[in-house]
Amino acid sequence: MPELELVDATTESSTKTRYYVRFTREQRYMHAVLFTTFLGLAATGLPMRFSQSFWARELAAGVGGFGAILFLHKFFAIVLTIAFLIHVKEVLERGLVNREKGIFWGSTSMVPNWNDAKAMVGHMRWFLGLGPKPQFERYAYWEKFDYWAVFWGMIVIGFSGYAMWFAPFFAHFLPGWALNAVLVIHSEEALLAVLFIFSIHFVNTHLRPDSFPMDMVIFTGVESDHEFKEKRPLEYARNLKTGDLEKKTGIAPPLWLVNFSKVVGYTAIFIGLTLLVLTLIGYFD
Amino acid sequence: MKEAAEKTVDSDQWPVVRKIRNSEQGSRIGVRIALVVLSVAVLAPAPRTLSAQDCLTCHGDASMTDSAGHSSIAVDGKKFGDSIHGSLQCTNCHADIKGYPHPDKIAPVDCKSCHADEAAQLKGSVHADSKEHPCTSCHGNAHEIFPKTDARSQVYPLNVPKTCGQCHGNNGMAGKHGLPSVYPNYIDSIHGFALSKEGLLVAANCQSCHGSHHILSRTDPQSPTYKANIPKTCGNCHAKIDTDYEQGVHGKAVARGNLNAPVCSDCHTAHAILQPTESEFRMQSTPICGNCHKEKFSTYRDTFHSQLGSLGGYVETARCWDCHQAHDVRPAGDPSSPINKANLIVTCGRCHAGANLSFVRYQPHANARDRKLNPGLYFVRLFMNLLLASVLTFFLLHTILWLVRSRYQQVKTKNGNGGKHA
Repeated sequence: MPELELVDATTESSTKTRYYVRFTREQRYMHAVLFTTFLGLAATGLPMRFSQSFWARELAAGVGGFGAILFLHKFFAIVLTIAFLIHVKEVLERGLVNREKGIFWGSTSMVPNWNDAKAMVGHMRWFLGLGPKPQFERYAYWEKFDYWAVFWGMIVIGFSGYAMWFAPFFAHFLPGWALNAVLVIHSEEALLAVLFIFSIHFVNTHLRPDSFPMDMVIFTGVESDHEFKEKRPLEYARNLKTGDLEKKTGIAPPLWLVNFSKVVGYTAIFIGLTLLVLTLIGYFD
Repeated sequence: MKEAAEKTVDSDQWPVVRKIRNSEQGSRIGVRIALVVLSVAVLAPAPRTLSAQDCLTCHGDASMTDSAGHSSIAVDGKKFGDSIHGSLQCTNCHADIKGYPHPDKIAPVDCKSCHADEAAQLKGSVHADSKEHPCTSCHGNAHEIFPKTDARSQVYPLNVPKTCGQCHGNNGMAGKHGLPSVYPNYIDSIHGFALSKEGLLVAANCQSCHGSHHILSRTDPQSPTYKANIPKTCGNCHAKIDTDYEQGVHGKAVARGNLNAPVCSDCHTAHAILQPTESEFRMQSTPICGNCHKEKFSTYRDTFHSQLGSLGGYVETARCWDCHQAHDVRPAGDPSSPINKANLIVTCGRCHAGANLSFVRYQPHANARDRKLNPGLYFVRLFMNLLLASVLTFFLLHTILWLVRSRYQQVKTKNGNGGKHA
């Protein structure tokens, strides 16, 4: 595989293959920060969630050493909170200050619309052989779900986490039983996030046959002409029509970036799948 | 040598004489010993009587064995002279030997002819039917016995555990009789360390709790290690803790005769007692409370206190006794209980700086599965579980169908070379 990919990358760049930008550098960095802190939070949080499981103490020792596991959990939480706030600021700035079109509504927006519902039904009909494969816009419905799941998850997990961290402060305006509830909310929502990301997001985005073994676009920022047309024909057609396609042209990803991305990506997937196995063991233990 | 003899006479001999006189058969021997003692005392510095020297002319040879050649019958005259019995004559104990040649059959030395009280105590004890010589097993070589205040004595406080451990260790008699090997537990305990590392004479050794001659099984209500007697036994040293304990629910229950209630050794163990502030103890003891308080333990397990505390690193997270007290455990209704509503701010505030009235309404034993007791928590958990189940079920099906369909498409369109862009 690596040799094949290597040939791919070099020959494609030197011949006719065109590349289009899907994610900006900032968006890619944001994803990197997101998955790094998420892995860190999961690795330090799961031993607490499944503290009675046989692997809990070993993993805790492995990721935190003596007594540091809670410190690291809080550290990753702060980094992720900052990333989250920067993202919200960017979105609001682009939408409200710069008046950029398509942030809050339309074909390039993350906000779900009627077409997404239709695409979802159509997609599932295609799964069952009941209809043609639907065509997708810039963000497909499962990608929007991923986005909002993480968005909602960060608010819920973040709030409940800070409520536990600063419990005496939050107690000023939360009822007593809420202090019990925040742990349930925090751990259940985090469990959902872990199970979702490490199984469904991994497969939907990276491991499914269309992208197997990894969708590189989130690391390199660009994808090939062919991939663009196949995966999101509606967005391709729209850009072609409006003449914006040219503006999206990017350069072929340098070989070092491809290889570096693979190392990072595979590592992340490997850690994620390991944690998924431990989670399932802990859950059914 | 002479000084030693005099000293022995002055300080140690008279009680022995008294004891012998009090015993039933001792009177005849007693008179004889009294005469010996008197002669030593009055005639000092008279030379030692010849008979001991006589015996030692043969038995002083360190290589001397019995006629069968099996066991040594040598006596170190110097050590014997230093020993607590050094002023006695050989024939005081070996009474059936009058001269040489010795009789064919020689009776074993009977210590009880002098030490009648100890012998009587031993008779009722767990060691009564010992096949080994019951006295020398603990006190050591009969000719080299020192008072228990002498560091050379096998029953000197610092030597007691090793002496008992000869049998109650891994390879001793205890193994043969199916008794637990307690010596290794003890020697690594806080008492064992105090004794072996600090040399604390007051550190509890075996006989501090079990007694010496009159050791009884812990199933015997007279035994200091009988469950109901343990608080008093430990209280001999730990007086304040015993007082606290007696006032708590467990102490009161035991006093009422409820032997299901825990005594000291249930939480601290009997021999492997750890420093209670040590992480190892803090890690191991919460489940001990859970042996009886099953429901409370289960709900504690659901809390952050337990989740983090179980990992070993953060040992300071609240364990049972951090909130309930270790010894003076009282029900929440008792105004002096640390978990009484009026005291919660102080109790929680010991760890949680800034604990306020609303904060202490947190329930350290909330049960999210109990709708009546914790309705808010119950519905939060229900909602979260439904969310989890529905999202995962939907997307699992979605993903599996998608995978199957994509692969099918690839194979059908013969585009399945590695799977890109099917």
